[in-house]
Amino acid sequence: MTNELTNVVVEVLPKFEGYVYPNEATAHPLWGFLIVLYPYITGLVAGAFIMASLVRVFKVKALEPVYRLSLLTALAFLLCAPLPLLFHLGHPERCYEIMMTPHMTSPMAIFGFVYAWYLTAVLLLELWFDYRQDLVHWSNTTAGFKGIVYRAFTVGVTDESPEAVALDMKIGRVLSIVGIPSAFLLHGYVGFIFGSVKANPWWGNALMPIIFILSAIASGIALCIFNAMVLTWIRRHTVDMRCLDTMAMFLFYALVVDAAVEGLDWIHRAYAAEEGFSVMQTMIREKLFYTLNLGQATVGTLLPLLLLGSLQLLRKRAPELVRRRMIFGSAVMILIGVLAMRWNVVIGGQLFSKSLRGVMGYKLEFAGVEGWFMGIILLSLPFVILTVLVKLFLSERLPTSGHMPHSSSAA
Amino acid sequence: MKTQCNRRGALARLGGVLAGALTLPIARQAKAAVQKLFVSSGAQRDYDPTKHKWLMCIDVNKCIGCGLCAEACKKENGVPEGPFYRTWIERYIIPKPKPGSGRTRGETKVDCPNGGMHGFPESPIAEDQIEHSFFVPKLCNLCAHSPCVQVCPVGATFDAPDGAVLIDSKYCIGCGFCIQACPYGCRFLSPVTKTAEKCTLCYHRITRGLKPACVEICPTQARIFGDLKDPAPETPIRKFYEQNRVQVLKPHLGTEPRVLYAGLDKEVR
Repeated sequence: MTNELTNVVVEVLPKFEGYVYPNEATAHPLWGFLIVLYPYITGLVAGAFIMASLVRVFKVKALEPVYRLSLLTALAFLLCAPLPLLFHLGHPERCYEIMMTPHMTSPMAIFGFVYAWYLTAVLLLELWFDYRQDLVHWSNTTAGFKGIVYRAFTVGVTDESPEAVALDMKIGRVLSIVGIPSAFLLHGYVGFIFGSVKANPWWGNALMPIIFILSAIASGIALCIFNAMVLTWIRRHTVDMRCLDTMAMFLFYALVVDAAVEGLDWIHRAYAAEEGFSVMQTMIREKLFYTLNLGQATVGTLLPLLLLGSLQLLRKRAPELVRRRMIFGSAVMILIGVLAMRWNVVIGGQLFSKSLRGVMGYKLEFAGVEGWFMGIILLSLPFVILTVLVKLFLSERLPTSGHMPHSSSAA
Repeated sequence: MKTQCNRRGALARLGGVLAGALTLPIARQAKAAVQKLFVSSGAQRDYDPTKHKWLMCIDVNKCIGCGLCAEACKKENGVPEGPFYRTWIERYIIPKPKPGSGRTRGETKVDCPNGGMHGFPESPIAEDQIEHSFFVPKLCNLCAHSPCVQVCPVGATFDAPDGAVLIDSKYCIGCGFCIQACPYGCRFLSPVTKTAEKCTLCYHRITRGLKPACVEICPTQARIFGDLKDPAPETPIRKFYEQNRVQVLKPHLGTEPRVLYAGLDKEVR
């Protein structure tokens, strides 16, 4: 009797229409909100790094004030990037196997290596070479715990000769150049995790890695704008409008390319109208109506395109306050829109049966590992880390060496 | 006098640590390969997987949808309660088209209550309105190019030399990538072990000369199981293969399943 009752309860819980394979008729999709956050956070890392590279590699001098903030943003988010993945595993205690015995045909197996490469060989090294001279200074002038931290970060290298500093800058630039393809690799492969699933017509798509990279760049720049403006506001400084306008310009270009490629993807899907297209239409019309049409397309793409595009035309004529508000609004909308895009990809791909005959439902819960409370914690954590990093390495009280990250070739 | 360390020294030390870390995976991979072959299969000691090539054929025309196979599978393999199945039966009901609709058939209805374990309720469509109705047993498709094996990040799921696709549950990290990659919905994440699970062809039975539970219990012999490397000239599997034109599920995906169906309809995915 108990068994029968359990069967009935289990049968009632999942909500689906049409026919879904019995193993798909579970109450929640296999990959929940945590896996939505994973590509989102990784994308923010890649985007913030590209933003920093604009200064270091492409020598955009106007963006210099946000160079270090962008790198620290990338670091804070990168430190949190594996957490959603780790928490969602059935056996998190076995996670080290991904690096110990990687199965090289799996896109997921490469994660450990790409992550380790990006964290240690690119981001930490670039930060270290950029900060080295300052760290030596600060370790000599700062007392107490902070002084110990700075001393530890010098790793005992205290050479401050002009040749050594020039070499720092040169190595920093090389690392930044290496970092750009690495950032593309980091996020492109995240896109490939989904794009390589041929079983799922929503995911299996050659454009997926490119869409992920482009949306990552847009979201990363938007995050840097958000962080820079909030930090200026907290410190009661005036916003550097030249820097902000330049960031907004790059954000606009990134968004234009992203929107164009995403549009191309949809045009291709609609035109080819392959086997799974009818179920996709159901998704767009019903299951993902708000997150796709409203979140991703309207809030995340069309409105910021309109706002940032008009700013490119009216830059000189619009008052500063209006510009600031438009740019901040666009950045926030893009951040929301890209989160919606990740949701649409990850959750959307699991809301229909691979039999292509039915659709499932999903309601985000408050509690639990896959709940939105956990999601908020995981999304807040990088900001907490960033606050600590900013206090340590972007403090107003500490004098900086003032070297220009873009001037390495001159040095 | 204060000694100044140079970057070269610091980088050399860092390089040493990285080189050490990079050699570890190779050693671990070798260990894993050995583990896979000997530990995870649950096979008998004298069983040689290279001397067999298992194949499953299904005659859709013979299946009566009794669901005994799905039930036997659950019991034999301790499959968890709830919507978790290593094998299941689907019922397809294809109605006649509306007169003058210009269509060859009505909209296909598919159902699978409780994996078909306890049979099926009466058809929701009146008998005289039905053009075709049939049952399709489903299980792991034993793909020659398994997407699930390809995507497993740690190599916990693997192709055995005898054609079975197995999972080392002591090794699986429970990421669910294989479940997403399986086009046939044959895998699930066990709520008990928190690892991926699927049909193993009853590996513990076939390596001891027995048939899988679902084949053993099928009252109509709709499931035919055999060994392609069996030297006997007249095996049931060879006979079936010779007498029927066979099809596989979702051939366009290039997975090359080795579960072969006779009598499939285009509606079956």
